[in-house]
Amino acid sequence: MPTNGAPTKITQGSRTKGGIGESTLRPDGTLKVTGEFAYSSDMWHEDMLWGQILRSTVAHAEIVSIDTSEALATAGVYAVMTYDDLPTDVRNYGLEIRDTPVLAHGKVRHHGEPVAIVAADHPETARRAAAKIKVDYRELPVITDEASATAPDAILVHEGRDDPHAGHVPHPNIVHRQPIFRGDAAEAAKRADFVVKGEYTFGMQDQAFLGPESGLAVPDEDGGVHLYIATQWLHSDLRQIAPVLGLPESKVRMTLSGVGGAFGGREDLSMQIHACLLALRTGKPVKIVYNRFESFFGHVHRHPAKLSYEHGATKDGKLTHVKCRIVLDGGAYASASPAVVGNASSLSIGPYAVDDVDIEAVALYTNNPPCGAMRGFGAVQACFAYEAQMDKLADAVGMDRVEFRQLNAMEQGTVMPTGQRVDSPAPVAELLRRVKAMPLPPERQWESSEGADVRQLPGGLSNTTHGEGVVRGVGYAVGIKNVGFSEGFDDYSTARVRMEVVGGEPVATVHTAMAEVGQGGVTVHAQIARTELGVAQVTIHPADTRVGSAGSTSASRQTYVTGGAVKNSCELVREKVLQIGRRKFGSYHPAWADAELLLEGGKVVTDGGEVLADLVDVLEDETVEIEAEWRHRPTEAFDLRTGQGFGHVQYSFAAHRAVVEVDTELGLVKVIELACAQDVGKALNPQSVVGQIQGGTVQGLGVAVMEEIVVDPRTAKVRNPSFTDYLIPTILDTPTIPVDVLELADDHAPYGLRGIGEAPTLSSTPAVLAAIRSATGLELDRTPVRPEHLTGTA
Amino acid sequence: MDFLRPASWGEALAAKAEHPTAVPIAGGTDVMVEINFDHRRPEYLLDLNRIGDLEEWEVGADSVRLGASVPYTRIMENLRGELPGLALASHTVASPQIRNRGGVGGNLGTASPAGDAHPALLAAGAEVEVESARRGTRLIPIDAFFTGVKRNALAADELIRAVHIKKADGPQQFSKVGTRNAMVIAVCAFGLALHPETRTVRTGIGSAAPTPVRAKAAEEFLNAALEEGGFWDNGKIITPSVAQRFADLCSAACNPIDDVRGTASYRRHAVGIMARRTLTWTWESYRGTAAHVEGVA
Repeated sequence: MPTNGAPTKITQGSRTKGGIGESTLRPDGTLKVTGEFAYSSDMWHEDMLWGQILRSTVAHAEIVSIDTSEALATAGVYAVMTYDDLPTDVRNYGLEIRDTPVLAHGKVRHHGEPVAIVAADHPETARRAAAKIKVDYRELPVITDEASATAPDAILVHEGRDDPHAGHVPHPNIVHRQPIFRGDAAEAAKRADFVVKGEYTFGMQDQAFLGPESGLAVPDEDGGVHLYIATQWLHSDLRQIAPVLGLPESKVRMTLSGVGGAFGGREDLSMQIHACLLALRTGKPVKIVYNRFESFFGHVHRHPAKLSYEHGATKDGKLTHVKCRIVLDGGAYASASPAVVGNASSLSIGPYAVDDVDIEAVALYTNNPPCGAMRGFGAVQACFAYEAQMDKLADAVGMDRVEFRQLNAMEQGTVMPTGQRVDSPAPVAELLRRVKAMPLPPERQWESSEGADVRQLPGGLSNTTHGEGVVRGVGYAVGIKNVGFSEGFDDYSTARVRMEVVGGEPVATVHTAMAEVGQGGVTVHAQIARTELGVAQVTIHPADTRVGSAGSTSASRQTYVTGGAVKNSCELVREKVLQIGRRKFGSYHPAWADAELLLEGGKVVTDGGEVLADLVDVLEDETVEIEAEWRHRPTEAFDLRTGQGFGHVQYSFAAHRAVVEVDTELGLVKVIELACAQDVGKALNPQSVVGQIQGGTVQGLGVAVMEEIVVDPRTAKVRNPSFTDYLIPTILDTPTIPVDVLELADDHAPYGLRGIGEAPTLSSTPAVLAAIRSATGLELDRTPVRPEHLTGTA
Repeated sequence: MDFLRPASWGEALAAKAEHPTAVPIAGGTDVMVEINFDHRRPEYLLDLNRIGDLEEWEVGADSVRLGASVPYTRIMENLRGELPGLALASHTVASPQIRNRGGVGGNLGTASPAGDAHPALLAAGAEVEVESARRGTRLIPIDAFFTGVKRNALAADELIRAVHIKKADGPQQFSKVGTRNAMVIAVCAFGLALHPETRTVRTGIGSAAPTPVRAKAAEEFLNAALEEGGFWDNGKIITPSVAQRFADLCSAACNPIDDVRGTASYRRHAVGIMARRTLTWTWESYRGTAAHVEGVA
């Protein structure tokens, strides 16, 4: 298998219709809007059983005994399994650290941890049988924060750690710690005319994807299993599943089924192993579908965080130094916590040029719900805090808040706290300029000739104000997010591309294992193939593990990396097609030998547009197929003591301006507008780009004003695991979102593109908070902000 | 679980008499959530959807007889003039899909302190028409209907057939606080109705006490203040101190709890604000100066 076969070139490719840069329509769009799209929860198989998971009712306890006899005796039940029934010695899994038991062993560490699994011929039978399993818990004190985690007598959430971070953490209840030192913050602080300090709290956000976890495991005749699953990374799942089942990876086949959103919440395994275990045990297909309640326990959440910051500036408004400490609550299992720590620390000061920094980020092990990947991944929490600090400091210096940011904005060539020099455009000041230049929505926009339109007011149709107590606020924020997997991770993707003549037409087939989770990757792959291969017809093969890994649909990386792999494989296919052409027609025209040739509109053409041959005639009945891996530039691990290293391959920037109306008496907020400017390098599909930016913006709004998983600090139990009490924005909460897209090419990336999915989630939240602060004059050091916080009734 | 599907009201009453534990279901707004969460597993579900006259209403001289299953959407569209407070409350119920199915009968059956219809019914004045096969029909005044958290005055063999709600003889308002701008369960809610014919004001508070309640001391204070100052006749602007005292008394009528949706302290505070604002809106409307409010009901 060739690797990195063709160099990455910044070409705009051919002018074939439906290529990159066009807003071709998503193939799944209409189906999803009309409700016809088949999600993983819609699958059915003859003779299928239903799996059910019994979860712990307490957060931290020893398991004294488990009695499954009554459940097993229930009519319709085919299997009940506990830890003791696991087939091999590999009984844990995990993204980075294998610390998560497939089924609890001796102890449960968080509320809702899987303890036993049941397969039955009806979902209700399975549910009732699971309820008959008697688990005797001896409760332990709960560890819920840094103080309880690192207390001298703290119970260790995990005994006997031997993971890669165990050696350098200051306490076994700390998953990972990353300090970053550059310059001399203490010395630089002496130059500061103004110093501001702040303590900030970021609540636990849920991905709240609409399609709950679900999948179908079908036993294969060779003793293996085929898992149809909604996930973000098939091959990562495979590596974790196969050893637990005691099967070689070749006997665990995986096919992506319809994914109803992900946002990081499907990076970790949920019901994958459970369904496979039950299918192999019973010899029957087993389907597991979580309901919404279970989904809140079935995936990791965004790390809640405590952040302490000190910023200094001279009277001219130049930043002197930043000191910060970020404490992320990783909950009971590691999940992606180490990488989240890497991001939070390395991106902790934001898109600003500061030479003297003193940074520390840690993630805790506690008995709270496990936290891991979510859109923005550590950079979100930091952005909320550093942008609050930037406003405070601008006010202290007496400068306009946007100008203060622009004065300190990083640019291409700026050195990050990690010592990495940013080697592609970083138009931070320009994004702020653009977002500020957009016209503001008119004042008192709820007023019409007919009177007040309550839909435009805080409270909406709940009819709480007709303008009384309503004050407008405007706030700005800008953020920086890394793109792709970092810190030396071998971040590659694989693409298999085939070209052949079908029905008298040249057709390309693109086969990758990329998880389409709604980001639009399948649309973009077809556009790339059309551009590179000059064909109208592109078939996107279903994603499965019969092709090499495409990496995760995470970290804003798929268009960059799997898109890059598709481009690379297309280029290799094109070379081969041209070889065939030269062999057949080379003697007919000198251009075959010396001109740069393109495939365009089903023909081989010179870069001057002269047609040399029809692809149909070149290929005839030959099929050209290439599978190749493609990697972005390698990165380096951060030094464990200094945090120095070329850790990130690319950065992504977005800026927001939020306009809010706050009912200052009732503490209700209506976000009127969230304008965004973002540099995307190159918009491969402009409509998808705007969609991603708007979606990220709304997710950031959600955690600004309503989204929070509430955990009882006394019991570590989740108090609101439902959409009744975990609120996400409705369309009436969603503001107008004007988007200004900037395209400054990154010379290192395919087509110059920049990963876009996460950056808008970062700056949206602090922009809304800044606007609420400006409307109310309150400090507001936590998010989400609730009516109690705005009315002094918390 | 047995699913009972009576074809007529008589059959429904007979089924309820035979199976007093049967849970009636119409729109399913509350019942289906409880079943899906496995919070309850009724032995019998009594489906009222085949009984067409539960979805009908009659506008009489003094009151509207509203069938128990008349969907909120119908109330918003057809009864805005007669029942303005209830129409405003209906508009805050969940989503359009749920408003197309859910009705006031179910809200009363569940008797949640957070039921959106209750403050409006308390403020307007209403009677709940219930019936049993053995004892026939009785009318329960809304003030006596709510007996505890999710408990009401229904006997085990009774079903709610209709609600008799006084037609508005003056302006009515309804406000509800939630932590988003639509589709939200009330953190607290407030209904207010002016009754110029009797020169009284009635209130209803939701989600701020174990049951929906009226702020009776606030009503009495305001009734006296309006009478004393001749406000009903002179149409003067209510003095801010009177409005504030009324708001404070409404806050004082709350007996709220801290829960995941909000603090007790916030609920008391917010009820006071809503009381003051709704009083202002209704009184301005009574004086004939209020601007029309678009987008509601």
